[in-house]
Amino acid sequence: MNDFKINKTYSEINEKIRRGEAVVVTAEEMIDIVKENGAVEAASQVDVVTTGTFSPMCSSGAFINFGHTDPPIKASKVWLNGVPAYAGLAAVDVFLGATEPVYDDPLNKIHPGSFDYGGGHVIHDLVAGKTVLLKAEAYGTDCYPNKYVEKEVTLKDLPNAILCNPRNAYQNYNCAVNLSKKTIYTYMGTLRPNLGNANYCTSGQLSPLLNDPCYETLGIGTRIFLGGAQGYIVWHGTQHNPNVPRLPNGCPKGPAGTLMVLGDLKEMSPRWLLGISMQGYGCSLAVAIGVPIPILNEKMAEYTGVSDDEIVTQVKDYSGIEKEPLCEVTYSQLKSGWIEVRGKKVHTVPLSSYIRAQEIANILKSWIKEGTFLLGEPQQLLPRKI
Amino acid sequence: MVKKRLVLNFPPHLIDRPVTYELITRYKLRVNILKARVTPKEWGRLVVEVSGNKNDLDAALQYASTIGVEIDPLSKGIAWHQELCIECTACTSICPSKALSVKRPEMTVEFDRDKCIACELCIPVCPYEAIEIQL
Repeated sequence: MNDFKINKTYSEINEKIRRGEAVVVTAEEMIDIVKENGAVEAASQVDVVTTGTFSPMCSSGAFINFGHTDPPIKASKVWLNGVPAYAGLAAVDVFLGATEPVYDDPLNKIHPGSFDYGGGHVIHDLVAGKTVLLKAEAYGTDCYPNKYVEKEVTLKDLPNAILCNPRNAYQNYNCAVNLSKKTIYTYMGTLRPNLGNANYCTSGQLSPLLNDPCYETLGIGTRIFLGGAQGYIVWHGTQHNPNVPRLPNGCPKGPAGTLMVLGDLKEMSPRWLLGISMQGYGCSLAVAIGVPIPILNEKMAEYTGVSDDEIVTQVKDYSGIEKEPLCEVTYSQLKSGWIEVRGKKVHTVPLSSYIRAQEIANILKSWIKEGTFLLGEPQQLLPRKI
Repeated sequence: MVKKRLVLNFPPHLIDRPVTYELITRYKLRVNILKARVTPKEWGRLVVEVSGNKNDLDAALQYASTIGVEIDPLSKGIAWHQELCIECTACTSICPSKALSVKRPEMTVEFDRDKCIACELCIPVCPYEAIEIQL
């Protein structure tokens, strides 16, 4: 079937997890294990490598069913703490998007707007156990005569609340700079003029998809850490693009694969889902994701042994002056605190919290070691060609 | 030679009085204005670094408070709420005085109160509302 010296299956690894015998390490710890022992030995020792990332992920939101009312309502417009939720679904089902601002937000009318409250904040408030004011309007039908509902709800009261994020955990992402003469406000943060700063946004060597760069173990049904609870990869994310130029180690040189993830909001924690306000850009949600990579063979050991100096990304101008990447940098350069762009020393910051990514990888490691988290064998891998 | 970073709050009736000029000429202070907000009919706010002979500095501050200027030490200005901070470090690239910086390789935010000039640039930049001005 293949020429690997080490061959393990998901069920063999799960059996070891059940018995409390599985060897689990974080992607950071795996670097030295592979360097010191080689990939074959590392694959024979280690069963699972855990990864983590915690950063703004705009393409996120929650499906909420707010329960039938008496008399019943077929809601057509719904607000949660003043934030509109999409109600073009069945009677009391809505989708609340992370980037939706509160209905009377001044937006960018006075630029840059502050975007103090939005869908991401509502999701955080619900998870934190806070009371949220729900308002629903309807046109009224014979079967759903009610035209207006207003009630205070908490996450416990809601019959269903499911976090469903169409695009998370981007496999690699640009490093953003500004070549123009004025400050710009972007989803990559505030970028000062004339290459004033450089913002990047992945956890590099700890990043989930940079540890399975060619999608050989992850797919529909992979169980993951999501927002502090157990969730799932349910599809490849929107804009998933495997056809990006890659390094010999398989890692894409720019944004490539993505994940669509889902989990029960009721089990999640406010520490791991945070509403955020990006000045001049909008609201969003910071999402915590940790993905376990099964070490099925030495190839997976080699992949998960990847370190920051072996991963690159593109430095891009977000002012629109220069369309092509300005240069390519490694994650060790980015993490050192500065890079050189067009002869200028530019200060770098991650936006993605590395220390929280470490925490996620360690929590996931302890769940697997304790036997409370089993690997989900994917029914279908993430697409390698589109 | 003594150096202090101060917030000088001016009541509206002092708007046409050249207080800073007097601090410089009468008390021989070196005044570095870090930030200023002056609007008609409202309290004005001047963030300054002043240095000079200790006796002169004390006399100058005594004079300023006698005419109605309220003086606060600058360190009261900014509060960094570590429990809300996730260490995204976005603030550190905006901070002009390097009061906010990244501790490497840990990748955590460090706040050096003595370097803070209370310019407030970090406040809107923080996505997590972890930095606040205390008035």
